[in-house]
Amino acid sequence: MLVVDLLLALAALATAGQCLLLPGLFRAIANLMAFGLVMALIWVRLDAPDVALAEAAIGAGITGALLLTVAGQLPASQHSLQSIGSGLSRRTLAISVLVLFITGLLWIAVVSLPKPGLVNEVTAVLADSGAEHAVTAILLNLRGMDTLLEVAVMLCAVAAIWSLQKAIPPPPLNNHYPGLPTLARWLHPLFLLTFSYFLWQGAHAPGGAFPAGAVLGAGGVLLLLTGSIAWMHQHAYNLLLRWLLAAGLLFFLATALSGFLITGTLYGLPPRFASYFIIAIEVATALSIALMLMTFYLFGRPGTRQ
Amino acid sequence: MSLLFTDIALTSDALFALLGALLVAMSLVSVFTARHLIRRLLAVNILSSAVFLLLVLTARTADGIDPIPHALVLTGIVVSVSTTAVVLALYLRRYRREPPC
Repeated sequence: MLVVDLLLALAALATAGQCLLLPGLFRAIANLMAFGLVMALIWVRLDAPDVALAEAAIGAGITGALLLTVAGQLPASQHSLQSIGSGLSRRTLAISVLVLFITGLLWIAVVSLPKPGLVNEVTAVLADSGAEHAVTAILLNLRGMDTLLEVAVMLCAVAAIWSLQKAIPPPPLNNHYPGLPTLARWLHPLFLLTFSYFLWQGAHAPGGAFPAGAVLGAGGVLLLLTGSIAWMHQHAYNLLLRWLLAAGLLFFLATALSGFLITGTLYGLPPRFASYFIIAIEVATALSIALMLMTFYLFGRPGTRQ
Repeated sequence: MSLLFTDIALTSDALFALLGALLVAMSLVSVFTARHLIRRLLAVNILSSAVFLLLVLTARTADGIDPIPHALVLTGIVVSVSTTAVVLALYLRRYRREPPC
């Protein structure tokens, strides 16, 4: 299997190198998306299927959609991404030496790093955590505070984007691509099915809130692209949208506080009810991640008065 | 020097560690030398992927797969897409003629 790994490493290196070195904005973005897909395969080879699912949906899908939308909105003067070698030919040797120096140092450091790990500690408390799959148990119970803060970071990002400008209106695609809205509507049940499957599977196998939210968010971006979600742009629904965006964080906080009231420690879920708590948090987190990924795509505040 | 390399066998882990280190070096240089802001953003994205790769490699312990780095990387992927979205919105703000709301 070393040959497969070698090919994957070469593919990752080639796509990353083309993304960083060659001219052309569109080519760079397309190469980044390809790099995300190659990375997803590398995660599978490294026995990290949860990370592979999230990387395929977010790293290759949503990041690429965000970058391509911005590239479409920019004036033509910004499209010419210069080749990185144009002004640097004199310094090529110095840069190569620097790259090789950092690479060698980091490689030796990583390979000789001690790997203590917490495998036995996690296995010992897994039975009380309410989830059979270790990654879900860590994300939603054992290290729930990290996930809480991560949802807060996403909400802060939405607030920062909303304070900058008005939302980009949905592009008038229907005349140019008459099949696209229909295709988006036909595909959406598939996105919903995958979302539900990942959510259901998350308690005992790879899946869970993050990949599920990412898949639903990607489907939502496709619907936004075709203008199928009109309510998000209407002023009347703005308050509802705000509450929905905050719902995941508020629910998470409520769970942490109820854990505090029941067991005496913040985020200490009682082992008897932990599985119910985990399912509830999983659904709330996945839905709010999906909605926040969709609002990223608007690049501004929707529903302002005209 | 030969003593240092005796414990580095050519395994998949060592190969991916080399890939991660090379990607970190390339994207770090690119972050500091690129002129176009989008290129810097792409370099930051590749840098974060490389750091995630190095982090996941530390999860492969002698006892089995350590799930904690996996959970950290999942959180990190979502945070990095949030950062990308904010940077892109800031960048777009400069080129849109619409008044701010």
